[in-house]
This record gives sequence, structure tokens and C-alpha cells, in this order.
Amino acid sequence: MAKVIVYPPTSMILSDLVERMGHQALVVPSEVRSRVTAPGIDSPPLNMTPEEPKKGLRYAAVDVPSGVRGRMSLIGPLIEQADAGIISIESGCLTGCSGCARTNELVRLLIKTKGIPVLEVNYPKDEVEARAFVRQIKSFLEGLK
Amino acid sequence: MKITKYVITSPESDILPSDIAMKIYGSKYDVNVKETCFGVIINGDEEVIKPLVEEIRALDPSGIFIKERGFPPGDPRRCRGRRGGGARPGYYMIESEAKLLPLISKALAYQAEGEATASEAETKPAKKLLDTKKLEEIIIDEFS
Repeated sequence: MAKVIVYPPTSMILSDLVERMGHQALVVPSEVRSRVTAPGIDSPPLNMTPEEPKKGLRYAAVDVPSGVRGRMSLIGPLIEQADAGIISIESGCLTGCSGCARTNELVRLLIKTKGIPVLEVNYPKDEVEARAFVRQIKSFLEGLK
Repeated sequence: MKITKYVITSPESDILPSDIAMKIYGSKYDVNVKETCFGVIINGDEEVIKPLVEEIRALDPSGIFIKERGFPPGDPRRCRGRRGGGARPGYYMIESEAKLLPLISKALAYQAEGEATASEAETKPAKKLLDTKKLEEIIIDEFS
């Protein structure tokens, strides 16, 4: 079973396809869960604290906006764990933790430069494209250990 | 550890969110269920949720999609009832991807159908070619 990071990191379709093929999808909600359900000083625990932009310095410089660094503190550790990646180029609607274009550029760059197998796909617009989309993802995931 | 998952049905699926909820109520699993317009949210122990999710998926393998959720169901930080209405922040992504679900589920069904046909063809014995001597006999019988 390989750990596969999907972009957008909140994608239902990509993460579902990865899990269907028996791999583990690395997605932001699991990272958020570990923060909001862990007991801490904050009550209720927060998914984003002033500490997160500091942790994000591992991935982005200090002059980069704190929003980017905060988001990277969530997504960066996922990229580090990844054995493979699936990137959807035209992702449509992106909100919340994946709603920042600069963070998304950085995430795509880090996935591509990590040296792991990466599949780039486009969300389908018709049935023919949908069949090709599923077939491409399936054959990519079958090739992973 | 408790985890939360969305079970989302494709708009063209014959399975309704209430069918999934009823299946969970009737199961042996001890989980919290919240029915929504697009599916259900289930919350429970990780060891319980994983087999349950597979059972739910078996209701319609190509029409049911599973997604992780960070916050537990009804969490005051996300629940719109406590935030004065409006959609929950992550809903827009689900709404956007839900439009594609009929296409994806058709493609998954097509893929599964193709695999079934291929495995059927593999198990079926290959047709033997007609022996030339046999063919000669048939011709002689036919025209004599």
C-alpha cells in the first residue's frame, strides 16, 4: 500500500479513487482532524494557531504571507510522507485550505520536484474523458507497490 | 481514535442517503450517523468505520463515494446551526465535485463491466479450429 498525495488536497473524487484501489490517500481533513480533536490549551482546539505559520517556514520563506505558511504547515507534512502523487490540473472550485492560488502553486511544485511518480490529469467533461480519467488513475495506481 | 467520513451518493445513484442511514441503524456497528442532502456523515472508531464503509460501498460500488472529514458531525465550529446559517466552508468543494459524480460513476461501472467480461473470456475455453479432415467429411456428406 502506497501513500498517495492528491491535489487538490481536499478532493473527494481523487481520494476516493485512491482508496478504492487499496492505497492510502493523503488528504488535508485527516491532518485537520489530528489538530481539532487533540486536547490542548485551546478550548476547543483550533486547526490553525499562531504556531502554524512558524512551522510553515520549513516550506516557504519568512516574507511569504502567513496564510501560505499556515496552509503549508498542514499540507507540507503530507507531501513529505507521499510515495506518489495525483494532480488535477483544472481543479474547479477551491475553497478553505486549498483556496489560495500561491499555496497551490507551491504544493504542485513540491510534489513535482520531490522525485516521486506523479500523474497529472484533468477533471473530465464528458463520458469519454471520464473513462480515460478513471483508466489512467487505475493503471497509475496499479503500478505502485 | 475516532474518525469521521462523508458517504456521498452520486445524483444518479438509486441509493438514497436514507437507505444508507437505515443500513447503518440496522447494522451491528456503534457509530454516530448524520443524514444530509448529499449523503451521510459517519463518526466512530477507526476499526469500526473502515469495515462499515466497505459494506456501505457494496450497496452501489460505482455510485457511492467516500471522503475524509476533519471535524466531527455537529461540531459547533463548523455546524451552520451554531454559526448563523450559510453553507459549511467545505461544502462548496463537495458541491463542485458532485456535478462530476454521474460521469465518474458511469466510468467506474464501465470499467467494472469490462473487467467482468475480460475475466469471463479468460475462463471460457478457446474455440478449437475445425480439423481439415473433418471439414472434408462434411463437404463430402453435404454434396454426395
